[in-house]
Amino acid sequence: MIIIVCIKQVPDVSEVSWDTETGSLIRTGIPSIINPCDKNAIEAALTLKEKYGGKVIILSMGPDQAEEALREAMGMGADEAVHLTSKRFAGSDTWATAYTLGLAVKKIGQYDLIVCGKEAVDGMTAQVGPELAEFLNIPQLTYAVNIDVADDRVRISQKLGSLRRVLQCRMPALITVERDANEPRIAPMDTIIEAYSKEITVWGPEDLDGDVANFGLKGSPTKLRKMYAPKLIKSKVEMLQGNREQVAAALVQILRARHIL
Amino acid sequence: MKGNIQESRGLWVFVEQNDGEAARVSLELLGKGRELSDKLEVNLTALLIGDSVTRLAEELIWYGADKVVLAEDAAFSDYRTEIYTRIISDQAKKDKPEVLIIGATPIGRDLAPRLAFKLETGCAADCTALDIDTENRLFLATRPAFGGNVMATIICPDHRPQMATVRPGVMPSSTMDNARTGEIIRIDTAQYRDMAEVEILETVSDEEEGVDIQEAERIVAIGMGANKEALDMLKELAGLLCAEVGASRRAVEAGWFSHDCQVGQTGKTVRPSMYIACGVSGAVQHTAGMSGSKLIIAINNDPKAEIFNVADYGCVGKITDIVPALIAEIKRRS
Repeated sequence: MIIIVCIKQVPDVSEVSWDTETGSLIRTGIPSIINPCDKNAIEAALTLKEKYGGKVIILSMGPDQAEEALREAMGMGADEAVHLTSKRFAGSDTWATAYTLGLAVKKIGQYDLIVCGKEAVDGMTAQVGPELAEFLNIPQLTYAVNIDVADDRVRISQKLGSLRRVLQCRMPALITVERDANEPRIAPMDTIIEAYSKEITVWGPEDLDGDVANFGLKGSPTKLRKMYAPKLIKSKVEMLQGNREQVAAALVQILRARHIL
Repeated sequence: MKGNIQESRGLWVFVEQNDGEAARVSLELLGKGRELSDKLEVNLTALLIGDSVTRLAEELIWYGADKVVLAEDAAFSDYRTEIYTRIISDQAKKDKPEVLIIGATPIGRDLAPRLAFKLETGCAADCTALDIDTENRLFLATRPAFGGNVMATIICPDHRPQMATVRPGVMPSSTMDNARTGEIIRIDTAQYRDMAEVEILETVSDEEEGVDIQEAERIVAIGMGANKEALDMLKELAGLLCAEVGASRRAVEAGWFSHDCQVGQTGKTVRPSMYIACGVSGAVQHTAGMSGSKLIIAINNDPKAEIFNVADYGCVGKITDIVPALIAEIKRRS
């Protein structure tokens, strides 16, 4: 089986904050990680490879620094890595990202499955997976908590809101994976170091057989008009005073007045 | 598609349904859609796909749609990516809407990006606010980014339709007016019946999930200020008030609750009649997910906690002091 796993290196978003003086994001000094769901995708791919044989190819579009993420993925057990990097890819929205990744997949050639994380913690759009599937004209199996393969078909358990569905289709297909699909293995430091001696394929716009007008910020149909810190709401709160019994009595009074009790 | 800006007119809402009942978010989008179509001075069209949904199609007119484009067929009773995408994109290519909005439910988030790529257009995901720049006739879609630390307003100036998925529970629902009239347009469904590439082997309702907190009328929310020993008493309080239990992001990350209970920018947006926040600091990423609640009560040991900025009533104190007293008082008075 040939499985391509798309990953994204993201800032650790719990650390990102807003500088109210300059009106911009404070991004410096923030650690970068492999997007959590993408680790679940890597884990799912490695598990399938262990069961059925074949190879796992990691694909990522990102600046130079994204190489660390690719090395870590190889340390987890992936066989090969392709890094799409160029200033001209910068500013891509989900459409342009899916387009660029799709061209790379076409260049890689043969594959059985593409596995992606459901969404990235910075954008949280959950769009690139389905957009990539549409570009490649292959079926998409989203929100997978479980993946299995039999003959030329792939089957998933899908978490579709309050429904659980079991879906099956012919390969090639694209799967997006949920956080609770598995426990990603941790790459031991020595395998990550070893990964640094392996070769990563690096491609830019000139290596991809597509329309350059569709790359990066210029190729993105959506544009950012404005970015701002969410407004703090200031309203008049009535603070209840007294000891705990008095406060409890006041609360019950309020709940009764609102017909909750 | 790129271009066609002047020719593209009309605002479309995809109405998600299950067994002939519209998803609550779709009714919210019809309400908001009506407001935006009036600003644009265009028709509001509802897209409805399913089986045995004629009655619902009629109701959608009462909920504000001027037109309902109806694809009704037994083959469409379950949601299927490839069929739904093809039906909607064929219609969009033919009738060129300028805006297309879809609820950001699991189905909506499976469908919208596939459609957006097919239609070569942009889609702003999981939006919490929509508006129109009437001067430039642009659709403005606002959404949280970077874990909710930042709000971003997205535009799609050169491609049509301008698409967005919209977070459930943020916009008020449309109200029914059965004096409203409109048009139902049935499309031919035969050509789409056999398009499915994915087999659905099984569909089960997930009973373990419990009540979806987005639908809950009453919520007791628990944050890191409530330590582990308080969890049992807070669950008892919720039970006494017939409330569902919600949680802050940090309480979920601590492993106390599943992600389905999480309220906030990276969790769910709720609009219950009653929201009691216990030990929740009230960072804006949390309050953005519950500030629409009718009655907000906050209990927190820190008098400077941000939660008091959104609460109607607050008390400063330890959860382990106040909550047992509250439970005792509720029992005494009932």
